[in-house]
Amino acid sequence: MERLDRRLGALTATPMLVLLGLCFLAPLAVVAGFSVMPSKVFDLWHQPDFSAYAELLRQGYWKSLAWSLGMALASTLILLVLCWPLAYAMAKVYRRFTLILTIGVVMSLFVSENIRLFGWVLTLMKGGLIEGYLRHWTGTGFDGLLYNMPVIVFGLVYVYLPFMLFPLAQGISMVPDDARQAAADLGASRARILWEIDLPLAAPGIVVGCLLTFVLATGAVAESKLLGGQAVIVIADEVETAFTYGQDWPLGSALAMVLIAIVGAIAIVGVNRVDLDAIMGRRR
Amino acid sequence: MSEKTILQIAGLYKRFGDFTALHSIDLKVREGEFLAIVGPSGSGKTTLIRLFVGMDEPTDGTIWLRGQRIDTVPANKRPTCMVFQSLALFPHMTVGRNIEFPLKVAGVDPAQRRERALELLDLLRLPREYYAKRIHQCSGGERQRVALARALAFDPEILFFDEPLSALDFRLRKTLEKELKDLHARTGKTFVYITHSLEEAMAMSDRIAIMRAGRFEQIAPADEIYSRPVSRFVAEFMGEVNLFPVRADDDGVIRADGLALDPAVAARLGLHAGEAGTLMVRPENVAMVNRSDAGGAAPEITIGGHLRAEYNLGSRLQYEVEGPSGQRLTVETLRENRFGGAPGDAVTLGWTLDRCHVIHGD
Ligand SMILES: Nc1ncnc2c1ncn2[C@@H]1O[C@H](COP(=O)(O)OP(=O)(O)O)[C@@H](O)[C@H]1O
Ligand SMILES: [Mg+2]
Repeated sequence: MERLDRRLGALTATPMLVLLGLCFLAPLAVVAGFSVMPSKVFDLWHQPDFSAYAELLRQGYWKSLAWSLGMALASTLILLVLCWPLAYAMAKVYRRFTLILTIGVVMSLFVSENIRLFGWVLTLMKGGLIEGYLRHWTGTGFDGLLYNMPVIVFGLVYVYLPFMLFPLAQGISMVPDDARQAAADLGASRARILWEIDLPLAAPGIVVGCLLTFVLATGAVAESKLLGGQAVIVIADEVETAFTYGQDWPLGSALAMVLIAIVGAIAIVGVNRVDLDAIMGRRR
Repeated sequence: MSEKTILQIAGLYKRFGDFTALHSIDLKVREGEFLAIVGPSGSGKTTLIRLFVGMDEPTDGTIWLRGQRIDTVPANKRPTCMVFQSLALFPHMTVGRNIEFPLKVAGVDPAQRRERALELLDLLRLPREYYAKRIHQCSGGERQRVALARALAFDPEILFFDEPLSALDFRLRKTLEKELKDLHARTGKTFVYITHSLEEAMAMSDRIAIMRAGRFEQIAPADEIYSRPVSRFVAEFMGEVNLFPVRADDDGVIRADGLALDPAVAARLGLHAGEAGTLMVRPENVAMVNRSDAGGAAPEITIGGHLRAEYNLGSRLQYEVEGPSGQRLTVETLRENRFGGAPGDAVTLGWTLDRCHVIHGD
């Protein structure tokens, strides 16, 4: 019976597998193919070499990569701390509030990311909402808050908040109330309950939220362009430049491959670290 | 069991909005006793216990533990502990880590923690190998024991239980009831045990408190609750029972519908002139008097009726009899005293005065 179940399961999954193969793996294979082509060619029919990867190392692209990873890490950590209480309130305290917050956050997704970021540009720029009013009232202004690294992180935090908030709320809602109450009954302080009960039991949500925000933030480009100006060049920006201005598809592909490898490795490690079944006590 | 009070509750109220879940509860729990709080589902048992351990705050009233007010002390600072209806084991920890949790909180060092956990596994008759098992690898009964071991590791002044056995099958429940009673005797701790099953309460406890709609109806030893209930509710809650309304007229004449009651006997029921009450007799105290081999004392109170059905309860037999005004009466006898009659036969039921009890009031 179980074997039949499994076969049927595999059968029903086939269309999805085919779709994924065509739309996801095929482009990836093309990029991988280009990454081992000689410099500045536009088709895949050349002797493969690793010149693009060598070029990548020589030109110091690792700096952009480090910036991207660093800012992604920072925004992920900030989001984790920021969203925990919000997600907690959504999952456990205010049922009403959850709906309002969900609608609010989802509505904001209806507006394009670039337009929302422009809103922040208008708010933060010299002569914008903040600086303009300040100068109007106090007579002294400043240079505006744009074009630095922290404002890029702020942008990442702002844009990717929903991707942390909802998985986190989902994770927290999986923490049984009675386990928390039992821990308190056995003498545990709030901090200990957070550390020994909430965090481990909400781990699936935490990992999913962190992976989503980290992966998305690593590949983000709009925040650094619109808010950061030239303060920092992120890796996705470099990929774009290589494909467009640089007209060097193999270099762009090699950069993309490196990024995919790093992010993929982190994702695999992350997903493996949380044994979902073991945590939920439902191993079969 | 001493007469010393360990936990005292006075005037405890709990309201949820307009709904009053607990009405002015007063209770004294004695040091070392096994007290069962019994009531139908929704009567407020869980609400009450949550106030005891500090998971909720009373709307009004006071709780003292050994003379110290604890109703304002948060749950994690109270020296009490509870075994949940759901057990509330930590699913992400092993059996050992579950048991050690309260010790870890208290700052006991790891080696000692482990030793104590193993001792508790022994005490609860779980193999020591279970230390490293995961919770989801344990059966229902084993989880029960783990939850108990964890609570005992906390070493509470009072151990509260919220229907921990209700999810188990009958045989396992019976086994664990005995073990729990035995554990109570061995640890000498005060147990307060909530259940909706009277049988469970009778099997284990020293005293029983019967709860109904947020109030205590009666608090007394099991025998007394069984034989001398203070209300019809308690009488009916405590298993099968035959109830007859009785009333003393203003001139002292006792009227009891359908009962053949000798005036001399009636006078000894203890009803004042003008008072109404209910005469209660348990099925096992009723005999079929028209049986050929009727033995024992001569019945002082009798009632006629027709046999309706016989039920086999294993060691005992139960008969359903229809009384003169159509009421349903129940008789129980031991298997060897089987009454040979067939449904429809006229029978006379009888019992002696010392085997029945009068509940005063309507
Ligand atoms: N948090 C709550 N909010 C509102 N009503 C509640 C709450 N907790 C319990 N009640 C109500 O209080 C009554 C007693 O509940 P409970 O103590 O759980 O009963 P028991 O444990 O005896 O079955 C029930 O009618 C229940 O609906
Ligand atoms: Mg309950």
